[in-house]
Amino acid sequence: MATVGTYDAAQFVDLSDITLRYGGEATGTVALKGTSLTVAEGDFVAVVGPSGCGKSTLMKVVSGLWPVNGGAVTVAGERVKGPLSIVGMAFQSATLLPWRNTLANVMLPLEITKPHRGRLRANYDEYATKARDLLKLVGLEGFEEKYPWQLSGGMQQRVSLCRALIHDPDLLILDEPFGALDMFTREELWDVMQELWTEKRPTVILVTHDLREAAYLSNRVYVMSARPGRIIHSREVTAPRPRTLSATFTPEFAELTQDLRDNIQNARIAA
Amino acid sequence: MVDATLPAADAETPKRPVFTRKTLEAVMPWAVVFTLFAVWELSVVIFDIPPFILPAPHVIFGAIWEWRVPILDNALQTLFTTAVGFALAIVFGLFTGVLIGSSSLIYNGFYPVLIGFNSIPKVAVVPILVIWFGIGTVPAIITAFLISFFPILVNVATGIATVEPDLKDVLRALGASRRDIILKVGIPRSLPYFFASLKIAITVAFVGSIIAETVAANKGIGHLMIVASSRFEVPLVFAGLIITAVMGVMMYAVAISIEKRMTHWATRSMDGPTTAT
Repeated sequence: MATVGTYDAAQFVDLSDITLRYGGEATGTVALKGTSLTVAEGDFVAVVGPSGCGKSTLMKVVSGLWPVNGGAVTVAGERVKGPLSIVGMAFQSATLLPWRNTLANVMLPLEITKPHRGRLRANYDEYATKARDLLKLVGLEGFEEKYPWQLSGGMQQRVSLCRALIHDPDLLILDEPFGALDMFTREELWDVMQELWTEKRPTVILVTHDLREAAYLSNRVYVMSARPGRIIHSREVTAPRPRTLSATFTPEFAELTQDLRDNIQNARIAA
Repeated sequence: MVDATLPAADAETPKRPVFTRKTLEAVMPWAVVFTLFAVWELSVVIFDIPPFILPAPHVIFGAIWEWRVPILDNALQTLFTTAVGFALAIVFGLFTGVLIGSSSLIYNGFYPVLIGFNSIPKVAVVPILVIWFGIGTVPAIITAFLISFFPILVNVATGIATVEPDLKDVLRALGASRRDIILKVGIPRSLPYFFASLKIAITVAFVGSIIAETVAANKGIGHLMIVASSRFEVPLVFAGLIITAVMGVMMYAVAISIEKRMTHWATRSMDGPTTAT
């Protein structure tokens, strides 16, 4: 992993006592207050919470897109001051570029991140092979030349995941990436995501409002309170991997999601 | 469509209409134009309108033929001033559009000024241009430019300013500079807006050069019309109008063909889902 300096692998991502306000320093809405979160390197965590609790805001903070008003954000041993180029992101909307075909969409980050942007032209074939392999891994072999409008919503989201991973990010931030898909496609993509993670082992933070999704994919689920958001509960998911969909119907799994649901319920009542 | 592999089915295919939908679509514009002229011609005859009020189409076409040499000469002049003004408008509109669209500060600062400027009737500017540049080609070019850059600028700026925030975040999180985002996303994204604006801009560019020619020029369709009207050659005035309209339609068609070539991805729904494979 291309990281400078040494850091504690158990605290690859470390948010301590974050405060974030929208708008003015004194008058703005407080979105996050006293939020703390640690993610170990190579871990897969999920963040769930009532809607509007600041989950997405938290992701903007982790990726360095938004500066915080208080507290410290540390990723890979370095204080985050601006956007981190070691991050890959995917959102609820696939946000593919309609004038680029699948392959060119996946390769977009290579035209931007260092050191790839300087090497892309000379080593195009090598990078293209890598992109094709990644597309194959998510089951999109043969769709390289298709344009986004020729793909279904689930396929577009797979492309979006590939785009988030093409530059081997150390940190993958997923903000409800499966939220707009139907249930069957969503469950299909859970398996794709699980496979991608097993294969590449990036550190993943997944924001979702689907408790089954959180429990199915992650090693640890954090529950956020209503605004101003902070972490009020955390629950480890010990189910063995690779997990299968049938495992989501076991009593242990049901107990787990029930526990998460209760905690979110409490968070909403408290608000 | 008859499947070539099934010749037996041929005999049973129902009789197709003489005009397919496609030929009908191609014929319709001509039919409308013809009908328009026919109604015009008939109205002139029925209401006995004198030619110096409203000449009949056949009189106008006669005038076009009779004056074909000066008309061609002046039309080429108008086409030239319009094309030069339009080209300047494209360059300036694209450049400032990108500039204004890429910064909300510049956008907020300049937009009211541009709106104000665009509200000034361009015919009022022509006398000033004459003072500066004298009578002739230059005021017509500048008027065509002034009237046509605004739609281009606004459209390009809109295309760039409305890049999806999520997409911007994806790129910024990768360490993309503002320049990267504009080059990779902003400009390609604004191209459909840009080409849409060209269609508007080219037609108003004609308006601009003809306005200038009617006020201060010694050549061009506008000038021709003013001279014709002062000599009471009403059919020739109308001939000028028709020639202008024809040139406008021609340039519009050029703009459309370029648009289709450059931004097929934005109009894909027209071609069905399986093209471009």
